[in-house]
Amino acid sequence: MPSLGAEMEKGTLVEWRVKPGDAVTRGQIVAVVETDKGTIEVEIFEDGVVDSLLVEPGTKVPVGTPLAIVRGKGEPAAAPTPAPTVAPEAGRTRASPLARKRAEALGLDLGRVKGTGTGGTITVADVEAAAGGASGAAGAGTGAEKGAEADRQAAMRRAIGAAMSRSKREIPHYYLASDIELSRMLAWLATHNAGVPVARRMLPAAPLLKAVALALMEVPELNGFFTDGAFRPSEVVHLGVAISLRQGGLVAPAIHDAGRRTVAELMDALRDLIARVRAGTIRSSELADPTVTVSSLGDQGVREVLGVIFPPQVALVGLGRIGERPWVVEGAVQARPVITATLSADHRVSDGHRGGRFLAALDRLLQEPEKL
Amino acid sequence: MSPEAIREQVFQALADVAPETDPASLDPDRPLRDQVDIDSFDYLNFIIGLSERLGVTVPETDYASIGTLTRLVEYLAQRTPR
Repeated sequence: MPSLGAEMEKGTLVEWRVKPGDAVTRGQIVAVVETDKGTIEVEIFEDGVVDSLLVEPGTKVPVGTPLAIVRGKGEPAAAPTPAPTVAPEAGRTRASPLARKRAEALGLDLGRVKGTGTGGTITVADVEAAAGGASGAAGAGTGAEKGAEADRQAAMRRAIGAAMSRSKREIPHYYLASDIELSRMLAWLATHNAGVPVARRMLPAAPLLKAVALALMEVPELNGFFTDGAFRPSEVVHLGVAISLRQGGLVAPAIHDAGRRTVAELMDALRDLIARVRAGTIRSSELADPTVTVSSLGDQGVREVLGVIFPPQVALVGLGRIGERPWVVEGAVQARPVITATLSADHRVSDGHRGGRFLAALDRLLQEPEKL
Repeated sequence: MSPEAIREQVFQALADVAPETDPASLDPDRPLRDQVDIDSFDYLNFIIGLSERLGVTVPETDYASIGTLTRLVEYLAQRTPR
């Protein structure tokens, strides 16, 4: 079970897309798992042949649990190891994972539930009995689907809350903001868009993301992971893009190696990602490995975004609304399109001086859009 | 194409990007984007959808003049073969 974000502890295997004996290649989607962030397509990281599947669909297992055995080409069949079920957490109330989830959904304190399972383990039935049967009513009849959706939203809200609490607890944030004049960039974009079919038009987000990725390559202290007490910079920029879900909540999947893609490729990648996020088909690698995140709230009219960093990342870039503002040009005030770009960064890794270099680089890059 | 038929196509293109929209609740003379929760990607997809349905390509420079449902339908009616 792959880790699809810092706060993920478990996932439910929903579906296998392969069977024993199938040949698989690196990057192929082999399974679908359900997490607090929604349904994720799991990719495989090596070539080989599926020897055996270790986890049945519908089973919830902890992160790190082997899901299947894959043989390299020419390797003999291995003896399968049984999949561990979720172990009881030491020093905590013993409860089955399902019971724990049900209790969370019901807002019930597990300490008050009497366990009737093996060794006093609390089962789902115990939780529902303790909740006075209210849950049975909620899950019954026509309300069942709505109840499941509400559960999913509540789970996602908790996952976001846990990640953001950890961020605010552990990361000493500092915040910087710069106003960037965009008339050159927008003129370049308008010219491009006037000359292509409507389906090939680009939005300002595409050149903005490209410039962010290039600026990050100039200031590597903002791109990577802080884990085990040390910063590990990333060679490439996997740009996490915060995308809101129609039904509430958000995910921030990655556009891989954004700095080396053309602006048009970034537009395609962004369009594809948004469509898949909304359809619920994100891939495991996209959720697991953004090295930095961009949050753009300009469509909501927000002027500046003072964001919370997603651990273990060390920076978040905020983009506000592009709007006409008074701008002084050679001593005279003119109306010019301006965006406020912000940086939230981790003081354990960088200082305001380096953060300022990033915003200055972003400004410089956006003044020469044809070079992006 | 009649304004009614165009309006129907507009609603269908809108439903593709914002399925939760109830066309009956839209005020035709208020800015559309104030009434429907769509972002710039959804709006671009809406414009692409109109182009596919009606064969009318709206240049970006005309976005400002098609802000309300009434104005959008008028705009499209002038450019759609009758």
